[in-house]
Amino acid sequence: MNAASPSRAGWALVLPLVAFIAIAFLAPIATMLLQSVHDPEIADLMPRTREALARWDGISVPQNGAQAVTADLRAASAANQISRLAQRLNRERSGFRALIDVTARQLDRNPDTELAQIDPGWSDPDLWRLLARVTSPWTGQHLLNALDLTVTADGAIVRQEEARRLYVDLFLRTAWVAALVTLICALLGYPYAYAMAAAGPSLRALLLFLVLLPFWTSLLVRATAWIVLLQRRGVINEGLLAMGVIGETGRLDMIYNMTGTIIVMVHVLLPFFVLPLYSVMAGLPASYVRASASLGAHPLRTFARVYLPLTYPGVAAGGLLVFILSLGYYVTPALVGGRTGQLISNQIAFHMQRSLNWGLAAALGTLLLLAVLLLALTLPRLAERGGLRA
Amino acid sequence: MNRLARLGFYLLCGLIAAFLVLPLLVIVPLSFNPEPYFSFTPAMLRLDPMGWSLRWYREIAESAQWRLALRNSLSIAAVVTPLAAILGTMAALGLRRLPTRPRKMVAVIIASPLVVPVILFATGIYFFLAPLGLTQSFTGIILAHTALAAPYVVVTVGSTLTTFDERLLRAASILGSPPLSAFLKVTLPLIAPGIASGALFAFVTSFDEAVIALFLAGYDQRTIPLQMWSGVRDQLSPAVLAAATLMVLLVTIVMLAAMFIARSVRSAGARR
Repeated sequence: MNAASPSRAGWALVLPLVAFIAIAFLAPIATMLLQSVHDPEIADLMPRTREALARWDGISVPQNGAQAVTADLRAASAANQISRLAQRLNRERSGFRALIDVTARQLDRNPDTELAQIDPGWSDPDLWRLLARVTSPWTGQHLLNALDLTVTADGAIVRQEEARRLYVDLFLRTAWVAALVTLICALLGYPYAYAMAAAGPSLRALLLFLVLLPFWTSLLVRATAWIVLLQRRGVINEGLLAMGVIGETGRLDMIYNMTGTIIVMVHVLLPFFVLPLYSVMAGLPASYVRASASLGAHPLRTFARVYLPLTYPGVAAGGLLVFILSLGYYVTPALVGGRTGQLISNQIAFHMQRSLNWGLAAALGTLLLLAVLLLALTLPRLAERGGLRA
Repeated sequence: MNRLARLGFYLLCGLIAAFLVLPLLVIVPLSFNPEPYFSFTPAMLRLDPMGWSLRWYREIAESAQWRLALRNSLSIAAVVTPLAAILGTMAALGLRRLPTRPRKMVAVIIASPLVVPVILFATGIYFFLAPLGLTQSFTGIILAHTALAAPYVVVTVGSTLTTFDERLLRAASILGSPPLSAFLKVTLPLIAPGIASGALFAFVTSFDEAVIALFLAGYDQRTIPLQMWSGVRDQLSPAVLAAATLMVLLVTIVMLAAMFIARSVRSAGARR
């Protein structure tokens, strides 16, 4: 560590972690972004078709297209990849699976059959336009799907049919839940942080302990605890039943739905609101409030005109943190959300693990990442401009 | 505030405090339930000693799955914690030597794993590791957990460094101490509490992490959070409550240790 070049020593010390994060974190994120627009699966299975259609004018039925498809299907059949190809193509347009299956079977029997004789579908220019699009390894399809948009046969971008519109609503619902959770955290967290700031040292230590205990406790443990409390045969329902408040048929559904997701998310995120707000409140000199009071202002007026504005930075910091964390929450909705309390993250996991539509998962992830980054970059600046910075 | 308003205010805060901790405390007695239910039996409510049992603790202690999960979680954290502590401490020491603008950029890169939703990291690292054949391996989990944990170490060590007086190092060098021994004898003891609490954070981050593990762990890499995950989602069994109680106990002990470290930092600061 040469004192003459402190910044060179600095770089040498910083570099290992930066390199580590670049490889272990940034590269995976970049891979996800790439995956949302790059999908070579069909292109790899139909290389000749891809090449033949890359130079096609897109109007008439391509001349060398049938030959290329025939060669690709026979190669795929020889490699036992027909069902994979058929399934993958079917995702682009329903009915494609049957067409591929029939065609491949016919070609197996008689390799010289004309495609158009096997199925008239092959003389439809729309089908070839679709093939030209899906055999390109680069695709905007997943991103469009994630926005409930689709491409028609003639290349126009339109909204999905009503029944297949899922994700825009889900994004909006996620944002709405995040806003609601943030609001509830603010309503509960503000008085609590104030009590911490105003309390004597031992009560303050107790209140701090009570926030930090759930903060440090495993998410899984907290979800378990709330399931125990809220489920239909849980502690609260049994208690209300024993006290005669509700009847056997009147058990409350408080979990495995959106209510459960919101209750548990508030519990999980409340410390993230309280702690930054408390650190702002603890740093405020008491003299402002005293000055306002001694000048004759009513306590409520003092609070609204003096104290509250001084604590805005804490409210903004805590609120932003809670909002951003809620947007990407996965564990809690997955465990306590049931069918109706799922958020966008759960849909990403679903496409990763169950439907195996990785391109769509990556596209949804890309949009979520964009939303989070946009908020993280713009909101603090907006708050600053709005005079929220005391 | 008049008396009534003050009373109402403290009542409200008491309720919020109850909301924060009561759910955690409810699972403790329920974990001694002799029956496979998630509610109190009449015998438990009568405080009849026969109505309480260690059945579920015995079950997790004897279960090969839980023991494997514990061993996996501890082994992963045992690699992640020192790795994150070393990388994070070095970066925190280096950051303050950089000129302002690059420092801010580097700080953003280092903090990025904390801002981006974990589900996206999990998705991305799955895509990234799948072609390398590292998806069902400890290596992948350790890489990801270290990336999630190291930023915390940078934060905690960085905050101890704000009170660190650079003149001490100059004094050491004037007195003829080579840089390495100055680091070992002057810097390290002074920032040790920051490293310790950062390492604690790193340990908890790894030990508690579920999403990365869900995506990257195969059956042989199951961790405690995964074991609890399936206990909550698939086969709701009170054994989960026993495990949860043990984890609350662990957290309480760790928190008391952290508060002890914080106090020793403060008294060390006062001595200076």
